[in-house]
Formats: sequence, structure tokens, C-alpha cells
Amino acid sequence: MNKFFQSLFSGNKLVIGIPYAWFILLVAIPLLIVMKISLSEMEATSVSSMISWADGLPTLKLNFANYQFIFTDALYVKTYISSVKYALITAILCLAIGYPFAYFMARSPKHLQPMLLMLIMLPFWTSFLLRIYAWKTLLVSNGVINNILMSTGIISEPLAMMNNSFSLIIGMVYSYLPFMILPLYANLSKLDLRYLEAAADLGTSPFKAFWLITVPLSKAGIIAGSMLVFIPAVGEFVIPELLGGPSTLMIGRVLWDEFFSNNDWPMAAAVAVVMILLILVPMAILNKAEAKLEDGKS
Amino acid sequence: MSQASNNKIFANSWMFAVYLFLYLPIITLVVFSFNDSKLVTVWSHASMRWYSALMQDSDLIAAVFLSLKIAFLSALMSVFFGTFTAFALHRYSRFRGRTLLNSMSSTPLVMPDVIVGLSLLLMLVSIQHWLGFPQRGLFTILLGHALLGTAYAAVVVTSRLREMDGRLDEAAMDLGAKPLQVFTLVTLPLLVPALVSAFLLTFTLSFDDVVLSSFLSGPGYSTMPMVIFSRARLGLNPTINAVATVTIVVVTIAVVASSFYTSHVERKRKREMAQAYSDANK
Repeated sequence: MNKFFQSLFSGNKLVIGIPYAWFILLVAIPLLIVMKISLSEMEATSVSSMISWADGLPTLKLNFANYQFIFTDALYVKTYISSVKYALITAILCLAIGYPFAYFMARSPKHLQPMLLMLIMLPFWTSFLLRIYAWKTLLVSNGVINNILMSTGIISEPLAMMNNSFSLIIGMVYSYLPFMILPLYANLSKLDLRYLEAAADLGTSPFKAFWLITVPLSKAGIIAGSMLVFIPAVGEFVIPELLGGPSTLMIGRVLWDEFFSNNDWPMAAAVAVVMILLILVPMAILNKAEAKLEDGKS
Repeated sequence: MSQASNNKIFANSWMFAVYLFLYLPIITLVVFSFNDSKLVTVWSHASMRWYSALMQDSDLIAAVFLSLKIAFLSALMSVFFGTFTAFALHRYSRFRGRTLLNSMSSTPLVMPDVIVGLSLLLMLVSIQHWLGFPQRGLFTILLGHALLGTAYAAVVVTSRLREMDGRLDEAAMDLGAKPLQVFTLVTLPLLVPALVSAFLLTFTLSFDDVVLSSFLSGPGYSTMPMVIFSRARLGLNPTINAVATVTIVVVTIAVVASSFYTSHVERKRKREMAQAYSDANK
């Protein structure tokens, strides 16, 4: 019996230890290294060079120049603000399109719902990169949409829909919409319809019942969906690179350029750390909302 | 017309519009891959021209094979580590540091790709300074994809574990099975459908990734998305449409086949359980 418990115990240790080691190595340590390198100068990118020995005591030399530069340079500040702005617009549009959709989906006949859900997931399986590229062929000035509109005589001049904030937002909403719909649907499909019936019996109009009952009960889904869209959208790189233009400033692109074009690793690391600080609060909100959604399920 | 049917029409057209929005780009990609014109956006007449161009594109073909290799290996690793993560989080609801594991495992899901890529690269470079390896290349890309995949696989396996009937494990334990036996004879067979879908999902994620690969790749290692991305940055290119169509066909077949397989396994298991219960009640 004692042996049995012993083996169980060591099994436990292994089951917890393996994923722990994996994520410490590939998530925690890399993030700490990013922080460290963001505080170093371009020439000195190893730990040893940051510690100097003075009178037999190690003194840590920290360099805040990268951060100072980020917060005083107008372009960086503007880029962070603009990234948050685009991510916010994306989240709001995804909610405006996705909430009614998830609501209607949850109200459609039960036997159709698995198929409707599958149709939302299916584009997710085809390459994200290729779908963004497809928008490029649709939106350019001699693109598919302009060609159709012009040949039917609706417009005489091609619309400028590409390499501006319009194409950027279309691409972001398109890519992140399923992330909004899925948690909302999970939440709305579990809504107890008897609340709405009771409200109707008591003389509440359907419109009022929607705002007073359905929306508050789906709050966790709304928050989770919005955060799942907002957080990755802030740091998005591929969509602004392919669909954005010179005026659509996004911080993911700045990080990429600092790293790949300027080869300034400490600066890229500092840009990343500020971005992490920016999404820390949204991530905490997301964790809370997801815990709430899970509680609702069981 | 009544209020109710008006509402129905509004709901249906809203849903139709959203589906159209989601599928329009994919349909365009496929249709214009059969277009003869060099201009991707102007239809001339149907041809297989870009498919034969694709066959001769040795850069792209080499990249496809590299991507397939990385996707396969990283999906295996993701399912392995993801299953461990799911067990640690689900079976042992209370241990010191559970919250830390939970938030570390969900970090790759939401953290922007550029941060995950940059942080992994800086860590690998530090290790390289220190130990002299690993060189940037297939292994480093693999590691990045496996990290991302582990996070997704853990979500898939955890949701399956949550639905599973814990009593079966307890029954096996009562009948004297050792923990390892319970796992291999009871838990694992029940998990197979979830493991298959986790494998497919993480395979697709790896096959699709461009940001992590760009950070972690070394000279001579270009994955398919990296090649496509560099061409798409330069402009429109009809061979991309042909690649897209081929991937869409393959992925659709794989997804449909796997969902048939999963529902088949599920039905079989339900039948066997019903059989077992009725035998027990005799």
C-alpha cells in the first residue's frame, strides 16, 4: 500500500513537473530575458556585462535609455496610442457584428446549431495569411470589388480602400470575428429562456427584456470576447504589414522593424516590454471573465 | 407581415451577411486561381496555368516540405506537452503554483506573436552564447511552434477531460488497476478523439505561422508561409492563389474526415457503454 502511494506521488510530480519545466523554459525565462535585454545597451547584450565589480562588490548597471527614448519620442507614443485605437475599434466592431450573430445562432433550431458553428470554425482552418492576402486582391484599386462596382456603373472612379485604415480594420475584424462569436455563443446558448418568458409574462417588452436580462447575463461572454480580440490586435503585425499603409501606425510593425531592419535588439525588447505592460490589465480581466464562464458551465 | 416573421428575416439576413463576409475572400482566392490572366483581379478565361507554374516553383515546393515536416513534429510535441498540461491543471486542482502554470500556459494564446517570437529568440541566443548551440534553423522553429501548439492542445484536452466521466477511472481503480494502467487502459482511449483534434489544430497552426518562424528561422530555412508572405508583401501573385486552393482542398478534406471519425468513435463508445450497462443490469 505504501508503495502504491509512493508511485502515485512520483507520478503526480512528473505530471506537474513536465509542463512546468516546459513553460518556465519557454515562457517565463524568455520574458525575463526580454526585460533584461531592454535594460542593456546595444553593445552589451550578455548578463555578465551588466554587472561590474567595484571594490569587490557587484554593482548592477541598468540602462533606461531605451525607455526614456520610447516615452519622449513623439512617434513611439503616437504609435502606441494608434495601436490601442485600432485594437479598440476592432473589438467594438467585432462585438457589434458578433453579438447579434451569436444571439441569432443560439436561437436557431437546435439541430442546425452544430453546422452553423462548424461554418464559423471552418475559415479558421484555412491559412490566416492567405485569407489576408485574399482581401488584398479584393480591395486594391484595380481589385475585384472596384472592378465589379465600376463595370456595373455604380462608381466611375475606383474607391481608395487599400493601404489605409479602412483595409486595416476590415482585415482585423475579419480575422478576429470568430474569437468574439465563439465565447458569446457558448454563453448565450446556455441562457435560461424562462427568465425571458417570466419578463414577458410580467409585461416587459422584448426590447427592454433584452437589455435588462440577456445582456447582463452574457456579460462574461462579452468581456471574454472583447479581450480575446483586443489583446492580440494591439500587437498585430501581419495584417498591418499586408493591408495597412504608411499612415496606419501599429506597434507590432515598429517592433519588427527595430529588430529586423535596425538590428536594435535592446530597443525591440523595450518596445515589447511596454507592449506587455499595456496588455497586462486586459489579460487580468480576461482571466477573470474566463473563470466566470467556466463556473457557469459546470 | 407579422413582427415575428420580420424578426426571422432580419436574423437570417444578418447571419447570411456574416457568413458571406467570412467566405468571400476564400471564394475569391479559389476562383481566381483558375484565371488565365497575369492580373490576379481581372478575369480572362479558365486555365490551370498557375497550377503548372506552381509545380515548377522549386523554392515554394521546398518550403512546403519544410513546413509539413515542422508541422508534423511540432503537432506531436504539442499534443504530448499539451496533454500533460491539461492533466496537471485538471486532475490536480490544488497544488502550489497552479495559478502560475495556468497563466503561463495561456500566455502564448493571447500574447501578440511578435512578443512570443522575440522573447524566444532572445532566450535561444543567450543559450547559444553560453553553450554554443542550438543553431537557428529547423529545431528553433520547431520549438516555437511546439510552444504555441502546447497552449492550444492543452485547451482542447482540458475541455474533453472536463466532459469525461470521472467515475470510470474510479471504477478501474476500485477494481485494482494501478494509476498507470488506469491511464493507458481507461483514460487514454477515451481521450483519443480530443488528441486527434488537438493534433490537427496544432498542425494547422504550425503550417500557418509566419511571425514565430521569421524570428526563429536561420539562413536556408524558409517555411511556406514565410515564402508566401515575402511574395505577398511585394504585390499580388497568381501562384499564391493556386497554393491557397490546394491547401484549402487538403484542409477541408482533413477536417471533414476527422469530424466523421470523431463522431464515429463517439457513437461506438456510447453503444458499448449502453451495452455494458444493460449487461450489468441483467
